[in-house]
Amino acid sequence: MSITPYPMMFGATLWEKLNSINGFNVVVSNWDYFLEGGLVTLELTVLSITAGMVLGLIIALMKLSRWRLLSSVAVIYIDFFRGTPLLVQIMLFHFGILPLFVDTGPFLSGVIACSLNSAAYVAEIVRAGIQAVDRGQMEAARSLGMNGSQAMRYVILPQAYKIVVPPMINEFVMLLKDTSLVSVIAVSELAHRGKLLYSTTFEPTWVWGAVCVVYYIMTKTISMMGDWVERRLATE
Amino acid sequence: MIEVKGIHKNFGRLEVLKGIDFHVSEREVVCVIGPSGSGKSTLLRCINQLETVQSGRVFIDGVEVTNPKTDINLLRQQVGMVFQLFNLFPHKTTLENITMAPVILKGMPKEQAEEIAIGLLRKVGLPDKDHVYPAQLSGGQKQRVAIARALAMHPKVMLFDEPTSSLDPEMVGEVLAVMKDLAHEGMTMVVVTHEMGFAREVGHRVIFMDEGVIMEEGTPCAIFDNPQNPRTQSFLSKVL
Repeated sequence: MSITPYPMMFGATLWEKLNSINGFNVVVSNWDYFLEGGLVTLELTVLSITAGMVLGLIIALMKLSRWRLLSSVAVIYIDFFRGTPLLVQIMLFHFGILPLFVDTGPFLSGVIACSLNSAAYVAEIVRAGIQAVDRGQMEAARSLGMNGSQAMRYVILPQAYKIVVPPMINEFVMLLKDTSLVSVIAVSELAHRGKLLYSTTFEPTWVWGAVCVVYYIMTKTISMMGDWVERRLATE
Repeated sequence: MIEVKGIHKNFGRLEVLKGIDFHVSEREVVCVIGPSGSGKSTLLRCINQLETVQSGRVFIDGVEVTNPKTDINLLRQQVGMVFQLFNLFPHKTTLENITMAPVILKGMPKEQAEEIAIGLLRKVGLPDKDHVYPAQLSGGQKQRVAIARALAMHPKVMLFDEPTSSLDPEMVGEVLAVMKDLAHEGMTMVVVTHEMGFAREVGHRVIFMDEGVIMEEGTPCAIFDNPQNPRTQSFLSKVL
């Protein structure tokens, strides 16, 4: 990372401020720094959404369970993670809870907090998807002699899956943007790198502008991939 | 084959079945008729425990269905059910719809299940529709596949819950024809229906239900030509 001196500020016109050769240089000469940050963000997101999907499916099934204990646990879990800010959850887990048990670095803490948070949203998506499958499907499966889990596995979930894909893509995009919050525990992802680069160069417009562009490229790519998957599912 | 003893069923405060007793012998075809909301469908669904009863007992082939210790899943394998809205699995082809239960539940090899399924499709008059998805079928075709799906488990009893009520009129006949064949083969059947012609021609016995009780039962001739109960008389005068 190159550190450049404080740029002209006072007495400069808007055009001069934006047309800062220095700001441009900061962005161009640090492109690999942004790129690496983007990769860290992507890694954080993919790990969290994967863990979140597995955990979210389990929590959704728990919430729909006939056993009150299981469904109550699921309800409390979802309420907690959707009812408190992710920023606070990240700090709570990194500084408050995880150190009691294990020694995790900031990256792992970030993944854990984001996974747990995402699982709550995924659980609601999956639950809605399962409930959107026509009730007659469960009845037909049960009337053939399948037990509850066979019916879920062979009849309900394969149909819920199509309903769940679009909101799941949305959750993926939301989570990717929300991982910027782990910058608060100094994970070296994209937003954190933006903060560092800005505080050493004082080129807010160019630095944060570049950070936005990298985020946008990633979210746009995901939603385009999502559209493609949706189209394929529709023609199936 | 089916023995129903004094069953009561409530949905919340609404009492839908107010003490029903009846039996169905082996190879018998019993048609249940009556106005909407009379509890006919609920009665049918209580037989295979898609609805749980508040009190009373149901036996199928000597096994008590209403006993919580009975393996209801095993029992349901012997009781085929056909629904008003078909409830075919839309993500599976017709062949897969039919082979699914035997493969999963009986551990039948896929090839054998497919052979049986093709036989059943031929039987319901759809030999060329094996690799088609339900969405590409007409209502009557869907219902015939649904019948084949239920038959694939070799049930001892078939329950039909208004199988033709959601069909276009010109498709009713093809479904009834399949059911008629089934009756002639000696299948034990309970048919909830609004098709009075079918009840008269194919049914061995007709049960008239209203307001959660069996008002009258007897042979088709007795019920249709000489109904005793005034409620039966007024219902039949409206539908015939």
